Amino acid sequence: MPDTLAGLLQVAALVLLLALVYRPFGDHMARVFSTEKHWRIEKVLYRLARVDPDTGQRWTTYAAGVLGFSVVSVLLLYLLQRVQPLLPLGFGRGVDGDTVPPAMAFNTAVSFVTNTNWQSYVPETVLGHTVQMAGLTVQNVLSAAVGMAVAVALVRGFVRSGTDRLGNVWVDLTRGVVRILLPISLVFALVLVATGVVMSLRSGVEVTGVDGSTTTLPLAPAASQEAIKELGTNGGGVFNANSAHPFENPNALSNLLEVFLLLVVPVCLTRTFGTMVRDTRQGGVLLAVVGALWAGLLAVAWLAETHPTGPATLAAGAAMEGKEVRFGIPGSILFGVSTTGTSAGAVNSLHDSYTGAAGGVTLLNMLLGEVAPGGVGTGLYGLLVLAVIAVFLAGLMVGRTPEYLGKKLGRVQVSAASVSILVMPALVLLGAGLAIALPSTPEALNNDGAHGFSEVLYAYASAANNNGSAFAGITVTSDFFQVTLGVAMLFGRLVPILAVLALAGSLAAQKRVEPGAGTLPTDGPLFGVLVGGTVLLVAALTFLPALALGPLAEALA
Amino acid sequence: MTTTEERPTSERRDRHARRTGRTVGAGAFSPGQLWRSLPVALRKLDPRTQLRNPVMVVVWVGSALVTVLAVVQPSVFAWWIAVWLWSTVLFANLAEAVAEGRGKAQAESLRRTRTEAVARRLTAAGAEEPVPGTELRIGDRVVVEAGEVIPGDGDVVEGIATVDESAITGESAPVIRESGGDRSSVTGGTTVLSDRIVVQITTEPGESFVDRMIALVEGASRQKTPNEIALTILLSALTVIFLLAVVALQPMAGYAGAQQSLVVLTALLVCLIPTTIGALLSAIGIAGMDRLVQRNVLATSGRAVEAAGDVDTLLLDKTGTITHGNRRATELMPVAGVPVAELAAAARLSSLADQTPEGRSIVALCAAEHGLPGGADAREAVAEFVPFTAQTRMSGIDIPDQHDGRQVRKGAAASVVAWVAEQGGTVDDAEVGDLTDGIGRQGGTPLVVAQRDGNGARVLGVIRLSDVVKPGMAERFAAMRAMGIRTVMITGDNPLTARAIAGEAGVDDYLAEATPEDKMALIREEQEGGRLVAMTGDGTNDAPALAQADVGVAMNTGTAAAKEAANMVDLDSDPTKLIEVVEIGKQLLITRGALTTFSIANDLAKYFAILPAMFAALYPALGTLNIMRLATPQSAILSAVIFNALIIVALIPLALRGVRYRPTSAAKLLRRNLLVYGLGGVVTPFVGIFLIDLLVRLIPGI
Repeated sequence: MPDTLAGLLQVAALVLLLALVYRPFGDHMARVFSTEKHWRIEKVLYRLARVDPDTGQRWTTYAAGVLGFSVVSVLLLYLLQRVQPLLPLGFGRGVDGDTVPPAMAFNTAVSFVTNTNWQSYVPETVLGHTVQMAGLTVQNVLSAAVGMAVAVALVRGFVRSGTDRLGNVWVDLTRGVVRILLPISLVFALVLVATGVVMSLRSGVEVTGVDGSTTTLPLAPAASQEAIKELGTNGGGVFNANSAHPFENPNALSNLLEVFLLLVVPVCLTRTFGTMVRDTRQGGVLLAVVGALWAGLLAVAWLAETHPTGPATLAAGAAMEGKEVRFGIPGSILFGVSTTGTSAGAVNSLHDSYTGAAGGVTLLNMLLGEVAPGGVGTGLYGLLVLAVIAVFLAGLMVGRTPEYLGKKLGRVQVSAASVSILVMPALVLLGAGLAIALPSTPEALNNDGAHGFSEVLYAYASAANNNGSAFAGITVTSDFFQVTLGVAMLFGRLVPILAVLALAGSLAAQKRVEPGAGTLPTDGPLFGVLVGGTVLLVAALTFLPALALGPLAEALA
Repeated sequence: MTTTEERPTSERRDRHARRTGRTVGAGAFSPGQLWRSLPVALRKLDPRTQLRNPVMVVVWVGSALVTVLAVVQPSVFAWWIAVWLWSTVLFANLAEAVAEGRGKAQAESLRRTRTEAVARRLTAAGAEEPVPGTELRIGDRVVVEAGEVIPGDGDVVEGIATVDESAITGESAPVIRESGGDRSSVTGGTTVLSDRIVVQITTEPGESFVDRMIALVEGASRQKTPNEIALTILLSALTVIFLLAVVALQPMAGYAGAQQSLVVLTALLVCLIPTTIGALLSAIGIAGMDRLVQRNVLATSGRAVEAAGDVDTLLLDKTGTITHGNRRATELMPVAGVPVAELAAAARLSSLADQTPEGRSIVALCAAEHGLPGGADAREAVAEFVPFTAQTRMSGIDIPDQHDGRQVRKGAAASVVAWVAEQGGTVDDAEVGDLTDGIGRQGGTPLVVAQRDGNGARVLGVIRLSDVVKPGMAERFAAMRAMGIRTVMITGDNPLTARAIAGEAGVDDYLAEATPEDKMALIREEQEGGRLVAMTGDGTNDAPALAQADVGVAMNTGTAAAKEAANMVDLDSDPTKLIEVVEIGKQLLITRGALTTFSIANDLAKYFAILPAMFAALYPALGTLNIMRLATPQSAILSAVIFNALIIVALIPLALRGVRYRPTSAAKLLRRNLLVYGLGGVVTPFVGIFLIDLLVRLIPGI
């Protein structure tokens, strides 16, 4: 079968799978976050945590819950790494002996709690199974649940009328974990094992190569972590090679399943949104925006990869550097565009080796603010914030105080939305600008010129957007990178969350107004174009100069 | 309720303009204004006046920075950039100055009315003492006689007088002001033409109606409106993002080996931040208020104007707003066996001496449709008029016997039928009942006409009196509906009548047999549903509802209480003005949104001009972005800066006039405005910068 046809069939299969689950799964999530009934296991958890699940919280309390939960999570994960030598199943792994150094432990703790899963460490040699399972995998689940909770709180802001209560953060977290993330992860972990993903507590297995020498292939409880790594759009690999490693992603089928897992929650959350606001067309518009952006970027990257211009690539016949032969160009690009469009950051190929344009696409995909379709929860609230900005501008143009879903957008709402969209560009631009100005930085880069700059820009874009994928080609183990990237991840996650919850609170306090002929319709193609245009324009205007010095200069060469 | 006879609004406005010496029509703009406003614009270069506007502060600082750099390291390029950056600030000032200038001219004409009158204050003992008008306090009583100027705003507490209010309203016909009732309010600066009144002052000095109006048109008391504040926040956020993008660019460029000069970076920054809307924002706001004043509406705050654009429900009084103030005769319906001509003759005869509007309308109807003379002849003139009384509930005429001895009566059915019976005539009760009931069902009022002559007494027929809906109302309400505004008619009529008139006028809903409490309850109910309500009113009993409504427009003829409670006062006392107010409010928001979109869309072209200019030497591939084929890097950057400055001047007329607004659905409006200002905003600068570059490239050294 020709490569392109195989690729198109994969895309078709993926879209079909997503289309099949879109309504039932989206509605299921809406029910999970709307129902009054508690499961027995949840009641036990609430009793243990001394939480009254039926008490609603103000946005400030909700935010304090999210913030406190995240801070405690960072501390615990940091400590867990620092005490690794005392833990079982450590196999003496670590840096310079069996410890994880403070800067690296901080970076990793922040990285996994913020759903970034940027990895400055080599998993096989630095972390034992206990930290992987009890630390990283746990945060894979919890950080995803936090994203969903915040998104749901924002949706409730639109739905509720004249109240200061946004729901209960502990209930939302618990339900997200118990009713959505854990069951699906369990099922797909087993499916992945069936496709050949390893699941082992052994340190490694000795194999004899064809030349007679023996090497140790590291093993890990990979399947259980792999499912939530994708489903929770986390992306932190059990192995350094991430989803390019045959033990994590052995074949085309597992590859397709993993891409599906990456997209399923963020895509279906648009349905959840539509169902919760009792107008599924509203969700449909967002889905269309997300789908168009994803498909457009995929098309550009695909075209660029199949029409390479570099002399080496032309000599080799295809742009296969940094790609796994078992996935080919389509399987790699599909994964690459999906992982940077969500906040996953798992990789099955080396983005650093993509052609200038395709590498630029993965970078741009993150710089859009990760909304195509974005991370679990983060994608939805990121898109809604951009929609708020779009509605504000367009709403003025129809001669009314702008309204979105029956809520007026005034000073408070625009301020919150502005803060939310301001954080990521500030972190990326300042971080990359600062890093590139350091005399030591060129030494940390594999490449010079435009490509070298792309590597730095990508690192900060990945951190500030909580993506976690690496362009690679850059060594980030220096304290400067560990700390600044850690700070970028932390602020890139928490500041927008605070702004979004403030927005939710101000919206919930308003009375809902029924839309009329004079209000801007937000459920048609025109609005879709408007939101998509806003997403592209904001990112383009902010990052064009930086992109011009990196991927654009490469792509046009 | 005070009613207003219809007069063409444009005629009114023209007269107003003549009276007050205004020559500026609504929205007109002449290039001469730019020139005249230049000195003011130059004075506004003071950095302290720039602080209100975050976007322009950045441009000001950038201009100063480039000027310093040009002095330290002189080059043709740096000086040109410096000049055009300062021009950007200057043009922004110019926009504001022109907008304010138009208000100033109006304020001047108002100020002339505020003479330093000496008031005759009444002391507690009842004696008069002369005090300057500016020293009057709330509660003071002053005497004003014919020929004197009323020294301050207040209520008439004693007497009745005709007052010339043309100084305020432009309306030359004098109005009656009397103590008690809904016509007691007088405005300082107006002149008493006849009689003597005692006025109780209701405002402190400096807060009078005229003072507020002057402050308003001058923009002195202008505060940013809620939407304007929200927009300013968004523009500030964009400015910060672009500031970061430019600041971070320098190390990135340095790493690539193409360190940029500060002049170029500043030029890039000024081109990117939303200077177009930043420069025009305050001019748009001032011009919006100005458009309102042009229409003789005085708003107490810009907030109210903005709210007018948001109105969902419009409450309109039936009488005087939707219908003509008085009922008119529209049809004659004879009983069986009576020719219509006979009924017409009797109806006319009975109304000849009846000087009520209804009576006059009956004569007019008979003249128009039955060819009868409009005036009385000598024989008719001697007839004795029987006036309407509350007891008889009918009016009519008795013609002396020596002529033909006729008696004609018209009035309420029961009374007239009783009169006929009294005179010995017989009445077919069922037939008359059918006629009158039918008229009532259709929203009219029946007047039964009877006559006694040599043949005895009998009922001739019925006159239908109807509310006549003003021409063009249905179209206006249809336009409102297209805009998404629901109209509700308020009337004291019974539900039957109300429904008929509501149907004819094309309003969406009606409130019949309405008391002030009902009106209030309706407003509350609408607001509970999250809808914004606008209404007009003039009576003291309207005051609570005016205060409760989101947009309350009081008639200038109304009481001080109504004017105090409302957030707008219509000097023409034209209740349909509310519709125009809504349109002005919408236009204000649309202009802001459209110019913001235009401003942001402009940036794309500027990148295509400036980025290749900065980096094509380093990465020749980036030269392909230079799709405008600009001559040199310097000419490209300078052209972008010049375009950025000139577009402000080019858009001043639009900012002052407001974006064209036609009542239509939001979706259509959005599509049109996105196309014109979004797509237009992307395309225009490509053309503009290309054309400017054709000239700029001729400058030696660029």
